[in-house]
Amino acid sequence: MNDSSEQQSIVAIRGLSKHYVRGGQIIPVLVDINLDVAAGDFVALMGPSGSGKSTLLNLIAGIDKPTAGQILVAGIDIAQLTEGELAGWRAAHVGFIFQFYNLMPVLTAFENVELPLQLTSMSRRERHERVDTALALVGLSDRSEHYPNELSGGQQQRVAIARALIADPTIIVADEPTGDLDRVTAEEILGLLTGLNREIGKTIIMVTHDPKAASRAARMINLEKGVLVD
Amino acid sequence: MFVTLLILRNAFRHKLRTTLTMVGIVVAIVAFGLLRTIVDAWYAGAEATSSTRLITRNAISLVFSLPLNYEQKLRQVPGVASVAGANWFGGVYITESNFFPQFAIQPEHFLDMYPEFKISAEERKAFMIDRQGAIVGRKLADKFGWKIGDQIPLRGTIYPGTWTFNLRAIYDGADAKVDETQFMFHWALLNETVKARFPRRADLVGWYAVEIKDPNQAAEISQRIDATFRNSLAETLTETEKAFQLGFVAMTEAILVAIQAVSFVIIVIIMAVMANTMAMTARERYSEYATMKAIGFGNGFVAFLIFAESVGIAIIGGALGIAITFPVANAFGAAMGTLFPVFYISDETILMQVAAALVVGVVAALIPAWRAARVKIVDGLRAIA
Repeated sequence: MNDSSEQQSIVAIRGLSKHYVRGGQIIPVLVDINLDVAAGDFVALMGPSGSGKSTLLNLIAGIDKPTAGQILVAGIDIAQLTEGELAGWRAAHVGFIFQFYNLMPVLTAFENVELPLQLTSMSRRERHERVDTALALVGLSDRSEHYPNELSGGQQQRVAIARALIADPTIIVADEPTGDLDRVTAEEILGLLTGLNREIGKTIIMVTHDPKAASRAARMINLEKGVLVD
Repeated sequence: MFVTLLILRNAFRHKLRTTLTMVGIVVAIVAFGLLRTIVDAWYAGAEATSSTRLITRNAISLVFSLPLNYEQKLRQVPGVASVAGANWFGGVYITESNFFPQFAIQPEHFLDMYPEFKISAEERKAFMIDRQGAIVGRKLADKFGWKIGDQIPLRGTIYPGTWTFNLRAIYDGADAKVDETQFMFHWALLNETVKARFPRRADLVGWYAVEIKDPNQAAEISQRIDATFRNSLAETLTETEKAFQLGFVAMTEAILVAIQAVSFVIIVIIMAVMANTMAMTARERYSEYATMKAIGFGNGFVAFLIFAESVGIAIIGGALGIAITFPVANAFGAAMGTLFPVFYISDETILMQVAAALVVGVVAALIPAWRAARVKIVDGLRAIA
């Protein structure tokens, strides 16, 4: 990749490797990964279990550290950031959607969506306006005062999507976002993600092993045994 | 606001668990406070002493008396301001279980030396002119329902016979440290009666309370007094009133040490229980903490949440415990009667209870907070699956 392509890419990965040491043995998970994701792209990372797709997503999201290589997100090599710097960086640049929604059970849908904004200097009024907008976007305005255990799986995932969006992050990372949902609900969630990508231009990187889910993405990337395959 | 909300909702997420933990803290803080108060009650006699008073007693043992004529010699010792003799009476009021301390005193000087016994001028005058008169503390009078003018019969054990006294004065303590369960009467009455019935035991004083002019010279004056009576038939041992009182406490020191140890063991036990609760709580929430960290909250914030929750539970439990200690201590003190004449929760005990609650909260959260702060986000997220 040349410099100009790096500038166009919102995510540029160069020579990325990750291995674990277990019982004195080195176990490679990702080997010399080079990848570019353009701004506004919707990428599906596919591969069988153990292929390293979740690890790659974690590295892009800055919640794991590579063994070697560069991960440039919006021009910042996050592999060089300290843990503290990464926390601040994630707050500003990454929106997370998890397979099991990962909502705070003691917070209402509204408060869960508001959570990332607690890290900003926004006024209470501004925060509430944003949360109202995000909940309306995912079609849950009427469930804002409900706690996660009062919502269905699909509704919880919608809340999680609103939470991922709320701070207007550079990228949204989704790890098996439909993995815990039935087919109909999964389609709704995928439709929502597709809409966010197409209508708002959000860059989404999604891990899935479901070809149907992957087909909703603009681009599919396959991983096998830690190596990108065409 | 958000942080407080999150901490409170987390704390009461498992209401039964939190309630039981709080109950444990309440019980521990009450027990701690009560045991500390019992220890304080033991030392109350020493705490209520004055630095201007010495006690001169027989050097062999308190069981042996001193001659009456020592009083005049004591007055002549440089630095001595006043002298008053006293005897332990050891009478029984109706039954042995109605124990209270009884002293025969030389009131002319004794009452002036003990200004902490507050007596009205009229009652004092009435006592002074009645040879059979008695002064009792307010608690003692209340306990037996005695009123001024009542006749109080005591069955002598050291001095046999039935002794009947007229209640002429009731004293109040100048502060909560003063023992209000004492019974005092004229030493002259005791001596006259003994002289008539047991002449060989007359003109003997149990000990002398010696008031000194300068508390800084207590050691020198004590030495002078004891030197005065060296090589006599009744050599003396003079010490500060506090040392004299502590001598009684020392007889039961092993018990006190055991009580103090138990009070701290209780705190250590509740600390372990609380630590276990917080460890369990934090372990259950690893995925939530990992999610918060992924969103951008720092390790310190996660640790703070655990600390705040733990300290919050401990403070609420501690506050309830302190509040409950008062009625429990009052009931305990009443049940103990005159065994613990001065039984009140000191400011120091309350401070120690507060400190104990805080220490329990902080220590219980140390390891869970450290672990939660250190757990890797990817590992924490995996915990949910």
